[in-house]
Amino acid sequence: MDDLAKRRRQIESIVLPILAAALLIFVWHEAVTLTGTKIMPAPLAVWKGAIELGRKGILLPYIRDSLLRVGTGFTLAALVGIPLGLAVGLYRPLEQALNPVIQILRPISPLAWIPVAIVIFGIHPAAAVSLIFLASLFPIVVSSANAVRSVPPMFLQAGENFGLSRPALFARVILPAALPELITGLRIAFGVAWIVVVAAEMVAVDSGLGYLIVDSRNAGKRYDLVVAGMLLIGIIGLLLDGLFRAVEKMRWLRWGFRADS
Amino acid sequence: MSAAQKAAEAGSPVRSKLTVREVSKTFRADGKEVRVLEKVSLDIHEGEFICLLGPSGCGKSTLLNIMGGFLKPTSGEVRVDGEVVTKADPRRIFVFQERGVFPWLTVANNIAFGLGKLPYAEREERVAHYVDLVGLKGFEQSYPDELSGGMKQRVEVARALAVNPDVLYLDEPFGALDSITRLTLRAEILRIWAAEKKTIVFVTHDIEESIQLADRVVVMSARPAEIRRIVPIDIPHPRDLGSPRYSALREVIFDELGLAHKI
Repeated sequence: MDDLAKRRRQIESIVLPILAAALLIFVWHEAVTLTGTKIMPAPLAVWKGAIELGRKGILLPYIRDSLLRVGTGFTLAALVGIPLGLAVGLYRPLEQALNPVIQILRPISPLAWIPVAIVIFGIHPAAAVSLIFLASLFPIVVSSANAVRSVPPMFLQAGENFGLSRPALFARVILPAALPELITGLRIAFGVAWIVVVAAEMVAVDSGLGYLIVDSRNAGKRYDLVVAGMLLIGIIGLLLDGLFRAVEKMRWLRWGFRADS
Repeated sequence: MSAAQKAAEAGSPVRSKLTVREVSKTFRADGKEVRVLEKVSLDIHEGEFICLLGPSGCGKSTLLNIMGGFLKPTSGEVRVDGEVVTKADPRRIFVFQERGVFPWLTVANNIAFGLGKLPYAEREERVAHYVDLVGLKGFEQSYPDELSGGMKQRVEVARALAVNPDVLYLDEPFGALDSITRLTLRAEILRIWAAEKKTIVFVTHDIEESIQLADRVVVMSARPAEIRRIVPIDIPHPRDLGSPRYSALREVIFDELGLAHKI
């Protein structure tokens, strides 16, 4: 009985999303056909557009370039943001000093930074990477600081009780205890970075999925390619999110995500 | 100068393992002062099993935290072996409810947590010994979230014992467990106490539990907590819950708590 229910839920978890997607594609197709629009492409046209990109040999290099840019910007943001966030979470004076600055800079859209990025880096791919860096930096700092602050005091007390020095307490208690929340923060920040790829690739680069969207519209109004680029960004985003979730399921981290299961 | 000499100089009795001298604690919250402990004095002997018994929120955990060096008393002092307690120390390990185990470490690594300075072989040996002592053989490589509450509690006790402390502080360690597991673990802690000969200070609000475990039950009043009475439990182990002496002692403690709370 219980097994049956479990099995049913498993099947549902696969079938339901496919049904929903199929329904959406169907509605999309019908809407395009019924309105007879010449601008909005039907699903099949988008599919053909994607195949065409693949044949021309630009699809994979574009995906690679976008991933590289997001990867670079995000990694740099993690390298700066994690230590900064941990320090802010650990030292109250630092938090008091930096919190207003972080809260002011955080809500500014990465789009607003485009002119600044160009002034600093010129028409150079580094300008695009810097936007991704900025977009992911603040979520990483804020979530790292929260991760440290939410370590149960009981763990700290136990570490102290076993005679750990401050550095040992950090390495053996605070960091592992904060890690699950830290990883979730990174996953969310990576999602933001990936969203920003389109905006970032409007600037100073001539490859990538964001560039594909802008370029396809500007050169020849190829809306089939625009939508193909959009969908590719969505699908790759989903896969990358799955990758982070797989990390969260690792044995020594899984305890932190019990509420999810 | 040895600790005993220091103690003799300070004029406190050398034979006590742990001395609580006129300890008071006042917390300040929102400009209001809350008196939690009122001039508590207590002598605990080496190897003794003491239960601090009192109603929830009466301040017995606060007292335990002061004994452990996690809180500073507002006035008064706690000495262990004549030495004033000012901070936490591996010679005195505090055992929380089972939530104190580190969920990112296996059972074996939890127990080895305080053994960082030992050579590998010795560390392994100690871990094996205490895994065995608390009955967790076969679960060495399990993670805490795969264990029941009772098993997690055993891990925490083993982790504490592994560093060979003089004193164990247990803060309502079985409070979150079901009553059957609680009974089993009471028997376990007595067996471990007999084997390891530690001084144990055990906080509980369970009258039965205190009579089953303690050499002496320290009955505390509601806040601000004072010691109302210290009841020696003169029943030999294993203790018979049905014996007339047991009922009599329970009556004594119940009266004492009843008086304190005007039931």
